Amino acid sequence: MSEPSLAIRKFSDLANPTRFLALVATVWPWLAGLTLCLFAVGLYLSFTTTGDYQQGETVRIMYVHVPAAWLSMMCYTVMALSALGTLVWRHPLADVSAKAAAPIGAGFTLVALITGSLWGKPMWGTWWVWDARLTSVFVLFLMYLGLIALNRAMDDPTRAAKVSAVLILVGFVNIPIIKFSVEWWNTLHQPASVVRMGGPTIDPEFLWPLLVMAIAFSMLFFTLHILAMRNEILRRRIAVLRRHAARSAGDAA
Amino acid sequence: MIALLARDLKLSVRAGGGALIGVLFFMTVVAVIPFGVGPDLNLLARIGPAILWIGALLASLLGLDRLFQAEREDGSLDLILMQETPLVLTVFVKCVAHWITTGLPLVIASPLLGLFMNMDEVAIGATTLTLLAGTPAITFIGAAGAGIAVALPRGGLLVSILVLPLAIPVLIFGVSAVYAAIQEPAPFLPPFLILVALNLFFAVIGPVAAAAALRLSSD
Repeated sequence: MSEPSLAIRKFSDLANPTRFLALVATVWPWLAGLTLCLFAVGLYLSFTTTGDYQQGETVRIMYVHVPAAWLSMMCYTVMALSALGTLVWRHPLADVSAKAAAPIGAGFTLVALITGSLWGKPMWGTWWVWDARLTSVFVLFLMYLGLIALNRAMDDPTRAAKVSAVLILVGFVNIPIIKFSVEWWNTLHQPASVVRMGGPTIDPEFLWPLLVMAIAFSMLFFTLHILAMRNEILRRRIAVLRRHAARSAGDAA
Repeated sequence: MIALLARDLKLSVRAGGGALIGVLFFMTVVAVIPFGVGPDLNLLARIGPAILWIGALLASLLGLDRLFQAEREDGSLDLILMQETPLVLTVFVKCVAHWITTGLPLVIASPLLGLFMNMDEVAIGATTLTLLAGTPAITFIGAAGAGIAVALPRGGLLVSILVLPLAIPVLIFGVSAVYAAIQEPAPFLPPFLILVALNLFFAVIGPVAAAAALRLSSD
């Protein structure tokens, strides 16, 4: 019997919710502080860079819009990995993770859609076009809401988690469609200018605030995610305690 | 497998109404459209293919939550789960049977409704052909939703909401293939081939996902 590697052991240690809660308790103030600092720097940079010569001040919308859109896709990827964790490794926290991530992802997607719409009005002259990128992100938003509804429709959390894990994995086909929609179809939305082969085409002046804001958004996601996971674990414990209390009250009567 | 196919076909024909309700719904949806947009024949001819596609999509979603529900209720779902034949294959056969009883009638009814919509022969032919290629894909991806619905205390509407976003690519390429056939410069074949490819793709992942959902929900 070979010993499992340290990383795997650490990962399966976290299968114990109490250990996970202890980790969250030490980590979350640091994460939250880091998020605040990054947001302070990022917002300062976003507001002090000169505006684009064509777009003027509205280019600053990009510093919120682009990170939110990235995060909406990353959040679904996290959910898909958690779904794999539920179905393949039966990691007890994977379903908590998938359930906690869904509302956060829906929130980021909504932010991306709204800021995109606000940006589209002065730049394209319309709030909304049925363009491949916009439509696929809208579909992503609908899928988030559908997954939340599915999770709520069932009483037993473990069964709900397994069934929604299947749906999360089926819905993952949408993520590559969103990513490559601007390349496959000729769209009004501009093609990727930061994460692409051959290096970014965006000017460094805009790139730095954007990167800082992207990291800040990611940290915000991780903070919210582990706190939401903590809440979900506590909620399940309370449900169990209530069930015990009800049962013992029934025995006493 | 043949026996299961025959059994499902017989059940849906003899149970009365099950298969034809979908066609009736399809006709009703299409008949309602002229009341909404007005009886302008030119406009109807232009949007006709899209209306037929949307109607067919909604009608195929309608019957989906029954795909495994009846088996669940009379207990034969447990027998199907315990069979030695792979569950994925069983689900696939059930999808085929479901498509023959609900999807195929829609395809057969669509030329008649195309006439109502004042579409010309090419448009009617193209719509029927794309529906023939596209509706199986909706059934296959819908099977995943139906497998999930089995676990739900009250499935119904939620299944449609979950499946509809996944069926959007089918709708996009189906309608664009029809319009490519009508309008001269655009080639018909590329969107049609993508539609067929989507069909094959969903024929693989739909039954696999449905089988996984059925196993998980049966506990």
